[in-house]
Amino acid sequence: MTPKNTLSPYLQGMADGAPFVLVVVPFGLLFGVVSSELGLHVLEAITLSLMVLAGAAQFTGVQLLAEGTPALIALIAALAVNLRMAMYAAALAPHWQGAPLRERAFAAWLVVDQGYACAMLAYEKNPDWSSRQKLRYYVGTVSLICPFWCAFTVIGAVLGTAIPPEYALDFAVPITFLAMIGPMLRTGAHMAAALVAVFASLLLAWMPYSLGLLVAGALGMITGAQVELITRRRGEGRS
Amino acid sequence: MTPISTFDLWVVILGLGIGSYALRFVFIGLIGDRQLPEWVLRHLRYTGVAVIPALIAPLVVWPAATDGQMDAPRFIAALVTLSVGLAFRNVIASVLAGGATLYLFLHLLG
Repeated sequence: MTPKNTLSPYLQGMADGAPFVLVVVPFGLLFGVVSSELGLHVLEAITLSLMVLAGAAQFTGVQLLAEGTPALIALIAALAVNLRMAMYAAALAPHWQGAPLRERAFAAWLVVDQGYACAMLAYEKNPDWSSRQKLRYYVGTVSLICPFWCAFTVIGAVLGTAIPPEYALDFAVPITFLAMIGPMLRTGAHMAAALVAVFASLLLAWMPYSLGLLVAGALGMITGAQVELITRRRGEGRS
Repeated sequence: MTPISTFDLWVVILGLGIGSYALRFVFIGLIGDRQLPEWVLRHLRYTGVAVIPALIAPLVVWPAATDGQMDAPRFIAALVTLSVGLAFRNVIASVLAGGATLYLFLHLLG
């Protein structure tokens, strides 16, 4: 018996999710600052953080609007960035199947990268957990990061109005996204997807309404999926 | 940068809020343990690494703050950010390196 097994699944989740607070705090702050630089009020920034709970999609939507992209295109691009949430939800759903719908509907709102990563590890280690315990563990993993994300959005939005333009905050969004991309490029397929998306986006910048972004994103996704398929077939052929 | 219209902003806030919830709830509340087809999952795996680079590439090459002219401090900062992220797989280290590079070159070349 390891000592951690004496904790309830909810508290175990909270302990496993706690280190991510260190990541969420600077990003929440940055989102608040950037959104205030781009002209969002505190209420608008916090509504976005509270409803969406996903930094990359929030940055995408706000940045595109600030560039003068039509709202519909900005919305589609931001939702595309959040498509991975559907993938996480699809992976978590079978584990939560027996829990009451009310609890599942609540936990669905809280599906985020860090919680998903913690849960997949913990569910593998604790196959004896009931679906309700699994759900409680999940809610535990995000019960620190989600409030911190929202609180630091507000702090950033309030502070942001005080930062003068010579600090080149226009470049905060590209730097944040570039920083997120590096660790995401785990395989050749990921690299190929990103490279095709970059070149397509630059070559299609002439398209109206930022449609080039959506086309480039789709081309990148298809490239990644195809390269993965080819790599796997080659691996199977060899073995 | 053009000022964002309040209407457009709220379309995106509410649309993204409701849409994101729908993306999460569809499987958890409605579909349950039925599996998505493998080819769909395979494309979903690459949404982030495709859409985000497509979004930032023009911002790096043609920054709005310099009226769309390529700008050495911003371009160098972008390269440093990406390289540190690739080398150390650490988002925070990567942001700090990129920010420091940007300020250093803005100061040196500005």
